[in-house]
Order: sequence, then C-alpha cells, then structure tokens
Amino acid sequence: MKQLTVISGKGGTGKTTLTSSFAALAENATIADCDVDAANMHLLLQPEIIKTYDFTALPTAIIHPERCTGCGICVDHCRFGAIKEGFEIDPYICEGCGVCEYVCPADAVTMEYNKCGEANESKTRFGPLVHARLGIGEEAGGKLVTLVREIAEEVAPKNNCDTIIIDGPPGTGCSVIAALTGVDIALVVTEPTVAGTHDLKRVIEVTEHFEIPSLVCINKSDINDSKRREIEKFCTQKGIKIAGEIPYDTTPTKAMVEEKTIVEYTDNSFAKCVIEVWEEVKEEMRS
Amino acid sequence: MIGSSKLVQTTPAVDMITTETPNMKITVASGKGGTGKTTVAVNFFLSVPKTSLLDCDVEEPNSNLFLHNDLEKVKEVTIPVPVIDEQKCEHCGKCADFCNYNALAALPQKVMVFSDLCHGCGGCSLVCPNDAISETGRNIGNIERSFSGQFHTGLLNIGEAMASPLIKELKNYAGENTVIMDAPPGTACPMITTVEDTDYCILVTEPTPFGLNDLKLAAEVVREMKIPAGVVINRAGVGDGGVEEYCQQTGLPIIMEIPYDRRIAEAYSEGIPFVETMPQWKDKFLQMFETIKEAVR
Repeated sequence: MKQLTVISGKGGTGKTTLTSSFAALAENATIADCDVDAANMHLLLQPEIIKTYDFTALPTAIIHPERCTGCGICVDHCRFGAIKEGFEIDPYICEGCGVCEYVCPADAVTMEYNKCGEANESKTRFGPLVHARLGIGEEAGGKLVTLVREIAEEVAPKNNCDTIIIDGPPGTGCSVIAALTGVDIALVVTEPTVAGTHDLKRVIEVTEHFEIPSLVCINKSDINDSKRREIEKFCTQKGIKIAGEIPYDTTPTKAMVEEKTIVEYTDNSFAKCVIEVWEEVKEEMRS
Repeated sequence: MIGSSKLVQTTPAVDMITTETPNMKITVASGKGGTGKTTVAVNFFLSVPKTSLLDCDVEEPNSNLFLHNDLEKVKEVTIPVPVIDEQKCEHCGKCADFCNYNALAALPQKVMVFSDLCHGCGGCSLVCPNDAISETGRNIGNIERSFSGQFHTGLLNIGEAMASPLIKELKNYAGENTVIMDAPPGTACPMITTVEDTDYCILVTEPTPFGLNDLKLAAEVVREMKIPAGVVINRAGVGDGGVEEYCQQTGLPIIMEIPYDRRIAEAYSEGIPFVETMPQWKDKFLQMFETIKEAVR
C-alpha cells in the first residue's frame, strides 16, 4: 500500500483540483479528504455515504450553578482563560484538560464528551472516498485527520486499492502533521508568487523534518516568471523533482461550477498538464 | 526594484474620515485557504490610517511579504511542559491518567513525557502526590514586530502543532489603535482563537462552489460566536452566483467585491499590494471601514 499526501502550505494553490483529477485517473486508489475543517472534495466527487463514524475528541467542562459557591479556585487554575464572568465556561476556549473539575472543592464541575465531528466512508464514481466534517469551532482537527486516515487504511484493502491519495489541509501545524505522518511521498502544490514561494519553503522544511520524500507541482506557472525560476532553483538545490507545471487558467473554476474534475470536464492543454503531473507522481511512487 | 521599499500608510482626504475612529478589533477570515485574506488585510491596513496589523496566520504568515518591514523579535513564546523528578516519582501513574492529551505515559520504571502533545494545562503537577512534577517552558514560536510597532506577526516553529497558544499571545500585542487581524484558514482552533473576542469579522471568499461551501462554514462559526460579519468577494466575475445568492438569503452583507483581474494577480505574485498600483482602491477600503464602523455601532 502506497500513500500520497497533497499539501501546499499556502491555501488555494490547487490541492483539491489536482487531487480530484488524480482520483479520476488512478486505477485503484482510495481518496482521503483530510482538509477536515474546509473539506471540498465531496463537491466534485458527489459521494454516496455508506457508513458514518462519530468523532469525539476532548471533553468540555460544565459548571453546575446550583453547586457552584463562586470561590474562584477554578478561574485561578484555568491556564486557558476559559472561565468567564458568572462562572460560565466558554466552550470555544476550553481545551478539556479537566483541571477545573479536579480543583473544584464543591464538585460543581463535570467534564462532558460531545460529538465534535464525523467521518464518512463513501463510494464515488472513482472508488472509495473517506471524508469528514469537524464540528463548528471544534479543536482536535489533527485527531480527526488521523481518524480519516485510519478508516482509509481499512477501506483501501477491502476495495482492492493499492494507493491512498490524501488531500491535505493548508498550513504547517497540527492537521498537516497528522496528514503527513508515515506517508510514502508528499506532493507540494505551489504557485510562483511571493506567498506561494515562502510557504513552499516552510512546508518543505516540514516534510524534511518528518523525512518524507517530496515532489513539487507549480500551479499558475505563467503568472510570474522570475518567481517560477526561484522555485525551480530552490527545488534543484534541495534535490526535489518538479512533477509538472500548470498554467494560470479559468479551467478549474469552470469545471468546479459543473461539479466535475478537470479531466472529466475537458481534454484541453490544461487537462494534459494535470495528467502529466499524475504520471510523474505515479512513476515516483513506484520507485 | 518595485515592491522592495517599506510601505507606509498614507493620510487620506480629510472628508473620508466622518467620525472619530472607535478602536475596533477586526479579523479577516475565510474557511477556504487562498481566497485573499492577506490581500484584504494588507490593503485594508495600508488604506486606513491609525490602524495596526497582526498576522495571526502563524503557520504561514505572509503579510510582511507585502509590507517589507524589517522585523525584530519581541518574544519567544513558550508553553509550560512537565519535567519529572525521578528521585521523587513513585510511578503511581496518576499524572498519565489525568492527562487528556496523552502527553504522559507511566511505565513501571519511568514516566515518559511527550512534550509536543502537551497543552500546558498544569494538571499533572496538581495531581502528583509526591510533588515530583515541575514545569519548564517549551518554545513553540516567536513574535516579531516592525520598528514602527504597527505590525506584529507570529511565526510557529517548523514541526510544531500548537498554533493557538502563539496566536493568543500575539493578540496581546494589539495595542490601542483599531487592529486588523489576518486569520489562518479553516474553522478549527487557530481560526477560533483569532476570531474570539473581536468586534467584526470580514469573510473573504471567491464566487465558486468551493468558496461558497467554506464561506458557509466560516459564517456559521461567526454567527455562533455572535460576531458581526460581512463578505468580501474576491475574483468577482469568475465562477457562479452561489455566493451572492447565499448572502442574500442569509442577510450577510457583501461589503466589497474585488474583480478577477490578471493585473491584481500579477501584483500579488510580486508582493505588491494592489492599492499601491491602483490607488483608487484606497477609497473603497475606507468606505468599507465606514460600513464596518456602522455595523459595530
């Protein structure tokens, strides 16, 4: 089983656009949408949900006013500042550590577990998709990413899939680390802009930190020639292969509006670039 | 070279400032990444005098790529993590049982600490019956500022998962002026931490199905947090009418539209804020500021 994660550092560089086309092009792949707080893959793959898993991560403290004496010991001990005036817990700030419950002399605090998201096992016209939705304002995005990947690892062999393609979240933090851990290869989608280049360099530091081999794809490659050359130079220095380049074009938006992947929507030169990137990635995964 | 000099706020025509500026905290957020949060935050900051800017996207802070400030480090941000005194530890395991983050594992002979999972709640040292746990600071990132003090940014260490404590610390540098905060993408804890306790949220989106899907998620967050919000549609003219329809249906005001324009994309790619090349946009940002002031009042 090979696992590929598509990441970018910067958001909006085209991760889902590419990954959805990979889903269409791959023969035996399970897709895992690990951008759990802004998942979009389902909009293009129109999944039919087979099974839903509830996701529960950390508890939230509840102060019961009938028992609370207002002593304030909990407030003194809460490192997160989650206990507001009138001894009410702000559920968005509470990190579920349980210190307030422990220190309360009146037993007025309980820790309560609520569902804070769900993961879905689905089928699509291209094969299995595992996707998730993190509850509004919930923490623990990284743990939900891990759950999605665990489900994908079970689903893939059952469906005779030899590859898991993971659509990763933007950034470099918790969720990205969870989406990258232990995969065989990372494809970093970047763009030749100051922000794209800056974020590429940071995210490559992350893949190096976790010792994951990387490939780079340059999207909107014709928007800025000097930045494009800067990316090429950076990749050469790092010994990172550029899997392909994709021009600045409205094709992805048009395909998206039709709820189709690029390669279904058109066979124009843009789609050919996408296919070339996939061929390179496939080749690299084999080796 | 264009874009290499430091950019400063300019004073607008006097008649644009209709009222005394109340000091507000305004966040620029979006569900989806890459919709133009930084573009809006930076151009807004450059257009409205007497504001400061915080780059709260500490995983990938990009605002200064457009401002070109020299930065100085003002703080190394740490979170407290446990240190076990093996002399005093009797391996009872109470610390590991208490920890909801799996940051401690009690083995028969040793307690292992996984610092990168620790949230720094201090619970383990409270429950230890032998007073064997003390705390040390673990660096998660830094806060830097421009020499003018108008701009602050956080920078999360590579390989670091804990973005929220750094953002919380960064928000303490908001200062007295109206502050604009560039939020991280998504709707998870780093975004919540940024948006929490602010007066207004600008939701930047693009008029596409992805943009709409993620706008709905972000709008739901700010609605639930009872923060007034308005929408900026970036790359207006591509895609479809879904976002406008949604805004109409839910009463979410559209406070600005930035057209799909290759010139804006090219200026962006060079690190040039588009109000510098198209100065007429400064007035539009000032108008948007007036709209926000009205909504907050």
